[in-house]
Amino acid sequence: MQAIQLQWIDYTILIAYVAFVIGIGWTLARYMKTSADFLTSARSIPTWVTGLAFISANLGALELVGMAASGAKYGISTAHFYWVGAIPAMIFLAVFMMPFYYGSKARSVPEYLKMRFDERVRALNSVAFAVMTIFASGISMNALAKLLHALLGWDYNFALFVSSGVVLLYVLKGGLTSAIYTEVLQFFMIVLGFAPVVYLGLKDVGGWHTMTTSLQTVATNPAAIYLKDAGTTYAPNAWTSAWQPVLAGPAHNPMGVDWFAMIFGLGFVLSFGYWCTNFLVVQRAMAAKNMTAARNTPLVAAVPKMFFPFLVIVPGMIAAALTTLPDKGYRIPPPVISQANYDKAIADVKNANSADAIKTISDDLGSKVDAGKITSLVAANAATKLTDTQIQQGLYNSVAENDYDGVILSLVKKYCPAGLLGLALTALLASFMSGMAGNVTAFNTVFTYDIYQAYFAKGKSDAHYMWMGKVITVVGILLSIGAAYFASMYNNCMDIIQLVFGFVNAPLFATFLLGMFWKRTTATGAFLGLFGGIGSSALFHALTIAQGNAPGIKGGYLKVMSTFPSEMAQNFWLAAFAFIACFTLTLVISLATSRTKSDADLKGLVYSLTPKIVDNNAPIYQRPAVVGVVLLIVCIILNLIFW
Amino acid sequence: MGLDIRWPIGLMFTLIGALLAVFGLAKGAESVSLGININLVWGAVLLVFGVLMLLGAIKGG
Repeated sequence: MQAIQLQWIDYTILIAYVAFVIGIGWTLARYMKTSADFLTSARSIPTWVTGLAFISANLGALELVGMAASGAKYGISTAHFYWVGAIPAMIFLAVFMMPFYYGSKARSVPEYLKMRFDERVRALNSVAFAVMTIFASGISMNALAKLLHALLGWDYNFALFVSSGVVLLYVLKGGLTSAIYTEVLQFFMIVLGFAPVVYLGLKDVGGWHTMTTSLQTVATNPAAIYLKDAGTTYAPNAWTSAWQPVLAGPAHNPMGVDWFAMIFGLGFVLSFGYWCTNFLVVQRAMAAKNMTAARNTPLVAAVPKMFFPFLVIVPGMIAAALTTLPDKGYRIPPPVISQANYDKAIADVKNANSADAIKTISDDLGSKVDAGKITSLVAANAATKLTDTQIQQGLYNSVAENDYDGVILSLVKKYCPAGLLGLALTALLASFMSGMAGNVTAFNTVFTYDIYQAYFAKGKSDAHYMWMGKVITVVGILLSIGAAYFASMYNNCMDIIQLVFGFVNAPLFATFLLGMFWKRTTATGAFLGLFGGIGSSALFHALTIAQGNAPGIKGGYLKVMSTFPSEMAQNFWLAAFAFIACFTLTLVISLATSRTKSDADLKGLVYSLTPKIVDNNAPIYQRPAVVGVVLLIVCIILNLIFW
Repeated sequence: MGLDIRWPIGLMFTLIGALLAVFGLAKGAESVSLGININLVWGAVLLVFGVLMLLGAIKGG
């Protein structure tokens, strides 16, 4: 993809946005009097703000780019990550779990674990979360800096330091409140920045009906646009129906996932494990001004979350549909190929006169090529001398591989004139900043309260903890930058680190579920059960593999006992296995060990020992159970519409 | 916490919306995508959104 030249209006929009987010941080700085103000917003923020921040903190640049990529690769089935993999868990968090998080007066999720179990469980969770957050932030920063380099020609270091510097400025000034308030602004920027791209894409492809018709062509021969290997074919509705291909079995849907893995692995274990226990999002609800606001926060967030597939997944479907329409002059972008490699291939097209020209050109480009298209290009050049630009365009269209992460930006480039281009790029930057600010504010709270105060500096003054909160904010940003460089240099190491975090996260929800809903769960049971779950994850991974992968980092390095149709299926089953192992171990060990906390100690921390919240006096639209049921019904309707 | 977030949101989108709309009017040919002066149309949408936010902030006190 050639670098885009921005005009003055694009830079003006970008600068205006940056000025406003820094201005918010500056305005809020005067209210930061205590460590609670800085790290927890002193529980003062209204529902609609925490609700939109809840969703915005989760909406990082990787999601915008990744969901469009998945939309092209898998079609509407990608919406399962929302309608199965998010909404039910958000409703469960609001109705059943927020009363414990908020009512216990815990300042963080690890602190809740300390109150419910003991220091061992808190230490395991807080250290794992802090390290994971830094690496997640680094991975996101690396991806963004690479994107800005490829798209705008910006220097990698410049992109990295400027974008993280802006986040540092407003978080350091206004703490969590600043992050939450700017996340609301970023939410609107993301929606209003990408909505016109979706509209123009749908208009270009000929409307929803034409798009689905084109995607039926894709499903019956995905190899035609390099989505799958030659010979792969699916039912015509594989890209346009969310459930029928999944229910037909893993061989009949592009995700390669079966219904049990989808519902139990994604819809229960991974989804509830993320939305109900990850402090990054739960922190937003814990900053709400009262219990009702805290419980309604995930429900407010669930409304836009339910409709986000139309903003982030549909562009990928548009890209796949456009690629099948020759008159549109569009293809899903191929991997980035340097101009030097194109120049070599152009020379070989001009000089091609042997049967191995295709292999030579493929080697020049460093990618697989479509033999038929290369043969046609060589013949066309022999008949009428083509210009270098025409040959390069022909080569671009002949690369038989796709760079799915380039989908959303290729549409931005195709449809956005100067002005709207600046808005869309600002939306991309906003999504990155909201994700990074979420990571940084969660990290500084967990580090200050759950690591520094708990183990290194007990009993210090509040001013000291506020000072440490600010210091660790700077350190967190610097560590994230370091992690970004690490990710750019050691891609394989990063894969291993992410894999280990996957092992740690998979069993986590079992610990919370038993801890919150079974008073007999002991601290020893929780601690050893969690370790057992992590070990089970690692063992499952070592004994299984996905089709097409060699034993190694992708699994099966001890012995291949089971082969899954896709990596996604392997991940979903791994999560299910780890959850069951952790749940069973925690239950058995708890029964074998004695309780260290009395019923009185667990009041407000366990469901059966906590007085139920009565919402009868609240207006019906503010009752979490009622709103939750309504949202669940809407979610089911969406699933039925795209059945 | 002393700040009504609708003020900065309203001000920012009013500013960006007005800028886009004026750019769309002044440079019509450069602002067209698929036959629509998208800068003018979307600038107007952002402008209305920004003004509504500001009205909410003023009314909310």
